[in-house]
Amino acid sequence: MAKKTYLYPIAVEDLTVAYHEEPVLWDVDVTVPAGALMAIVGPNGAGKSTLIKAMLDLVPRSAGHVHFFGNSYAEERQRVAYVPQRGSVDWDFPTNALDVVMMGRYGRIGWLKRPGKADRVVALEALDMVGMRDFASRQISQLSGGQQQRVFLARALAQDADIYLMDEPFQGVDATTEHAIVRVLKDLQARGRTVVVVHHDLETVPEYFDHVLLLNIKAIANGRVEDVFTPENLRATYGGRIDLLLKPEVSHG
Amino acid sequence: MDNLLLIFTDYTIRNVLLGAIVLGLVSGTLSAFAVLRKASLLGDTMSHAALPGVVIAFLITGVRAPLPLLIGALIAGLLGTLFMSLITSTTRIKQDSAQGVILAVFFGFGMALLSWVIRQPGSEHAGLDRFLFGQAAATVESDVITMAGIGGIALLLIVLFWKEFKLITFDSQYARAIGLPVGLLDVLVTTLIVVAVVVGLQMVGVVLMSAMIAAPGVAARQWTNRLGVMVILSAVFGAVAGAAGALISSSAANVPTGPVIVLAITVIVMVSLFFAPNRGIVWTLRRTKPVLAPTPAEPKLPYRAVSAARRRGAYKP
Repeated sequence: MAKKTYLYPIAVEDLTVAYHEEPVLWDVDVTVPAGALMAIVGPNGAGKSTLIKAMLDLVPRSAGHVHFFGNSYAEERQRVAYVPQRGSVDWDFPTNALDVVMMGRYGRIGWLKRPGKADRVVALEALDMVGMRDFASRQISQLSGGQQQRVFLARALAQDADIYLMDEPFQGVDATTEHAIVRVLKDLQARGRTVVVVHHDLETVPEYFDHVLLLNIKAIANGRVEDVFTPENLRATYGGRIDLLLKPEVSHG
Repeated sequence: MDNLLLIFTDYTIRNVLLGAIVLGLVSGTLSAFAVLRKASLLGDTMSHAALPGVVIAFLITGVRAPLPLLIGALIAGLLGTLFMSLITSTTRIKQDSAQGVILAVFFGFGMALLSWVIRQPGSEHAGLDRFLFGQAAATVESDVITMAGIGGIALLLIVLFWKEFKLITFDSQYARAIGLPVGLLDVLVTTLIVVAVVVGLQMVGVVLMSAMIAAPGVAARQWTNRLGVMVILSAVFGAVAGAAGALISSSAANVPTGPVIVLAITVIVMVSLFFAPNRGIVWTLRRTKPVLAPTPAEPKLPYRAVSAARRRGAYKP
């Protein structure tokens, strides 16, 4: 029997993750079709970031499987790019924006070799795509939060992957950065890449994304935005609090 | 001028100086990484934990040859690290407490062993106590060669794994995601820090060697925003402090080397903290405007305001 999961760039089956025996994710099944631009939404503590980390083997799984193009993450590493949360690193590190973006090439360069001219060109192009080329030699602590976020995005772009997993790229960024990121997301989608983004703003889901995963420890719903981004599903995901969050256009549509 | 010439002609002074420079280069280089990894205090624990290793290595071999003693120190230091990570991973005890416990237990055990060995009859153990505070004047050629050999290997590994060390120091999560064996590389960096500690033990001593792991990196960070420059500066600061301390202590009788070297690096740290451009305290005080002026082209509209405006149809990107 051929692996059915090969049909999907990302297939998560029966994924369970627990910290100290407390389940953070419970029996999650998600499939992401090729070329999808998917948001993961859910309340705080719903396991959104954990899901991404579990997919990338960064946190141990209690049960379940994750397949990228039908293979394990270790086999398909080169085709998957990760954008961690901006707050996960110390930005006072002595380096500049270009150097951070170059780190996106390290996976391809391999041991004992240094990044070359070609890597530099790719990194500069990636900075250009996020509107940060003029800041290439800027010390990273002297960038604004939004600019730092765009540097992280550029690092993933420099990987030139088929799948992009982004953890809260819109968290606390300025309007310029938000537009730059949305532009990059649409561009990736236009080039046939598959993108999954942990997102926290329900209002912008229909505008920015075409697929959505509603997550609250369990996967509540997963599919096209127009099919699953419904008041019933949102209520099931957020509980009673959803009435405060729902805006008229969402609850009517 | 005669004194200067002695550096090249006098056997003892030449060894002392070369040894101190090797010590400073190696500990300075590793100090940069220790500081950036926020693990400066690791050097403190390691150096104290190394003492029982030195004494036990002496008891086993029965001679005071540099290489076996340093290998003993290395093993004890690594055991200390291993126990420390066992404590933090299996209990709720935090890193700082675990470091305190390991430091006290290993150092106490080492001191007890050392006092016992020194009271034994015979003269083979003479000079073993110089591992406590260090003694540069007793440095001989074989010490220098051993230090240079061990230190050279450490520096070579840093050059070879430069980009990997940089990445795991800046963003270990991303490093794991792209497939680097971050656990192994962490062990390697920690081992190299222990090696740097061990290289300096004879000259600086276990009590004050920690300063050479913490201070040069702190001073170097003040002057530059580039990792490569920071590591080189850190090595140079270490070497200068080592040389200054060794020369002063070997020219004046009965001045222990460790404290003088530490005083020298302290002066470098103080100057760096106050006077380094941009990051120095003096510069910070003189500035009326914040140095990180926001880029003029950057609109600072809060995200919520944009969302609200968009909802009203008043905002079109």
